[in-house]
Amino acid sequence: MKSSRRRFIKLAGIAALGLGAQPAIKAIAPAAQTGPQVEFSPGPNALTAKQWAMVIDTRRFNKPEDLEPMIEVCHKTHNVPHFSDKRHVIKWIWETHFHNAFPDIPNRFISEAAESRPYLVLCNHCENPPCVRACPTKATFKRENDGIVMMDMHRCIGCRFCMAACPYGSRSFNFVDPRTGLNEKEMNPKYPTRMMGVVEKCNFCAERLAVGQKPACVEVSNGAIAFGDLSDPNSEVRHLLRENFTIRRKQNLGTEPCVYYIV
Amino acid sequence: MSDKKWIILGLLIFMVLFLSPFLYNVLIKAGKAAPMAELVLTPKAKAAKECVMPTPYMRTEHMQLLDEWRLKVVRGAQRDFTNAQGKTFEMSLTNTCLDCHSNKAEFCDRCHNYASVRPYCWDCHLDNPQGEMK
Repeated sequence: MKSSRRRFIKLAGIAALGLGAQPAIKAIAPAAQTGPQVEFSPGPNALTAKQWAMVIDTRRFNKPEDLEPMIEVCHKTHNVPHFSDKRHVIKWIWETHFHNAFPDIPNRFISEAAESRPYLVLCNHCENPPCVRACPTKATFKRENDGIVMMDMHRCIGCRFCMAACPYGSRSFNFVDPRTGLNEKEMNPKYPTRMMGVVEKCNFCAERLAVGQKPACVEVSNGAIAFGDLSDPNSEVRHLLRENFTIRRKQNLGTEPCVYYIV
Repeated sequence: MSDKKWIILGLLIFMVLFLSPFLYNVLIKAGKAAPMAELVLTPKAKAAKECVMPTPYMRTEHMQLLDEWRLKVVRGAQRDFTNAQGKTFEMSLTNTCLDCHSNKAEFCDRCHNYASVRPYCWDCHLDNPQGEMK
């Protein structure tokens, strides 16, 4: 084909027209794709914070039985199965001994009262969570709006790197179908169960915060557990932290746990 | 060219074998597609007239909708969904979807079986929001 000046100008004109039409097409096309306009929002009563934190007044718990209501309500609320086989145990919140909770506080001759008390331990929702860094699928993530270390069970592939990474043993793996460890009549229909092969842990009752309720363990603790925004200097937890001497679990690891203990 | 008859015979046998599934279907047992799954709406779903989105959209895109709900709830801390009509729903499979469509066997399973899809929602999500366990 012979190219001529006339032909070149014609082609250039068509190309210019095409480029000129592009913004118009762009304006129409996305509207056609998204369809009806919908909106997403947090619930109207949702509690918000920059970083949720918990302060546990351990002086209020003297016998292991004192911790039972918290453990029970948590495990009921979240359909946490009960297995008597130690290898299959799933725990979100549990009781432990002082030396297991705080192995880095090695003082000799510590207060007998403090040493003999039972300690309530759970996921610390660290500000710098090692489990989040270990997760290859981002199934565990730190929620940006309120600092809760959350799990997306849909994404968990059960590799258990997070369990190895967590210095607090806060995570449990479902070696067997969790529904076999649940009493069907006592399940909470508002909350799903998990499936075999995923890791699970405390979620700071994210589903309750979304509807304006404090975590279940806080609610049944008769004020022995406080819950609030760590970044707000006027919050309940900050008041307690100002007025009491508190310790945190394995603080020297730099994970910045958000569960504080008054001893 | 003396092998002509063997070649033709071989070809014939091959064709018969090749077409045997079709021949079986046409000559011996006339095949029939499985009937389209008939979905049953509960009285509550019927009374609501429309789901959270228009029916044709729900029919073809409910999985994308559920996927988006999942992302928003779990990762985005958004719990409420407002549709084009301005109606607000809690984004929950068990507590919103199954509240109306409480007949999972006749609504979800029937069509999923027909389409031969096996969603594993129910490995974790409870399928009876009213709490009446079988």
